Amino acid sequence: MRVEQPFAENGRPIPRRTPTSAPYFDAARDGRLSLQKCPRDGFFFYPRNRCPDCLQDDWSWQDVSGRGTVYSYTVDRVGLDPTQRERLPLVVALVELDEGPRLTTNIVGCAADAVTIGMPVEVTFEDLGQETLIHFRPQSQPQSKPQS
Amino acid sequence: MGKRSAALVGFTEWAPERKWKNPMFSLEACAQLAAEALEDAGIEKGAVDGLVTGSLQESPLFAPLALAEYLKIRTNFSELVDIGGASSAGMIWRAAAAIEIGLCDTVLVLVPSTPPPMESGGEREKMIMPPYLMGDAWGSPQGQYDIPYGLVAAAPSFAMVATRYMDQYGVMPEQLAKIAVDERNSALKNPKAIFKDKPISIDDVLSSPMVSDPVHLLEMVMPCFGGGAVVLTNAERAKTTKHRPVFLSGYGESISHKTVSYMEDLSVTPAKPAADKAFGMAGLERSDIDLCSFYDCFTITVLATLEDAGFVKKGQGGRFVEEHDLSFAGDFPLNTHGGQLGMGQGGSAGGLSHVIDAITQLQGRAEDRQLAKADKAYVTGVGGLMASNVGLVMEGA
Repeated sequence: MRVEQPFAENGRPIPRRTPTSAPYFDAARDGRLSLQKCPRDGFFFYPRNRCPDCLQDDWSWQDVSGRGTVYSYTVDRVGLDPTQRERLPLVVALVELDEGPRLTTNIVGCAADAVTIGMPVEVTFEDLGQETLIHFRPQSQPQSKPQS
Repeated sequence: MGKRSAALVGFTEWAPERKWKNPMFSLEACAQLAAEALEDAGIEKGAVDGLVTGSLQESPLFAPLALAEYLKIRTNFSELVDIGGASSAGMIWRAAAAIEIGLCDTVLVLVPSTPPPMESGGEREKMIMPPYLMGDAWGSPQGQYDIPYGLVAAAPSFAMVATRYMDQYGVMPEQLAKIAVDERNSALKNPKAIFKDKPISIDDVLSSPMVSDPVHLLEMVMPCFGGGAVVLTNAERAKTTKHRPVFLSGYGESISHKTVSYMEDLSVTPAKPAADKAFGMAGLERSDIDLCSFYDCFTITVLATLEDAGFVKKGQGGRFVEEHDLSFAGDFPLNTHGGQLGMGQGGSAGGLSHVIDAITQLQGRAEDRQLAKADKAYVTGVGGLMASNVGLVMEGA
């Protein structure tokens, strides 16, 4: 079996962008979380060439608040991906954004055992050289209105 | 009464093993499995006109064609099923449907999972491969949005379902652990089970290493090599076979995603639509079922299936498991072969073990773990990252 996943210099797996997903990763590099928004069905994730609800292509990229809550999580204690063993314990989570979509991420900036379902979190970025990963950390200040 | 035109009439199952003593290519395994299953059914090879399998290592393209050629069988129906752990159960209903509509008469479902031979002087690759399940091809959403965050293999996905379940319904770790204990009690009576000599307690499960919270090591399957096959035929020919024919009287399948990240609600699995379809087709109630055999990659999979397949009210699975004995000797027999948790997961044939558990019981061949009454069974398959679900209602003739 061949592994096609690209790896950063530190050995961590990184995304390999496509023409469709490039604006998502460009935004992350600029410190913004940007998602596609369909005029009929609203925000969707992950990046697609067409809205998964109506299959139309008149969506646009829009920055979102970067705030949300932990929908569910687990703590990898053993390094199920051997290339991630230096990060243990690794909190793998699904975060539901205030704007609706849910994405897979890591919770950083707090103890693994402090993470709970419903915990308010905010986006933070990790530069891995070739690409930037999108993580979440506990919200540092009270919820404010999303900027968009 | 549901459909009674396609019957499961014979099978073979290889005991799962960590190290396989007799390495062979997939096509070679298929030939041996086919010979054994046809012998068990008492059907001549010449009657077979349908082949269903999964991907074959040495024939990544055109697998059903390679299989027809290798076994020298002219088919009227052939199929490659690729829905993860639910593939085996998915193969069974596809084979039955092809028989029901008259496309073919007799189908071999073949699920090989053996390691290939080593080249002379060669050594098996010891390199540790990241468990990306081939989701890392360029353009794959997994490689961009899941793998970089450590959502790999199966454990963290099912763990997140368990986390949500425990939060929402107050399911206790002891309740999930008891599923592994009850299955192990059945495995102790299955000579093919990898854990046939090792009873466990709830404390053993909870004190086994935490792999991915809240999943402990003893709540996960032991990955093994293995293989299995099932023969299906039409009602007419079923009368001439060696054992009691088992009719597939209802079936359903439901899929909405591949990766758990995109599951609409983590505490509602596709077991519900699959079961509703299967029971509706069979014209049976859940209370008619004598035996359940549920896909069990993790303990949470069994708990969620009990609820979503409609055997237990939503949110009450934890208590149900605590109050009932799920072993072959208990009041709610489930996975009397020990499940994959107790038997070991014979690769992709692990999903066939539940089908074979039901046939074994309905044919009265379960020996030390035979149920007193075994006429109707419900079998499930689960695949992907808590994604695909197949439900099969089986009835003894």
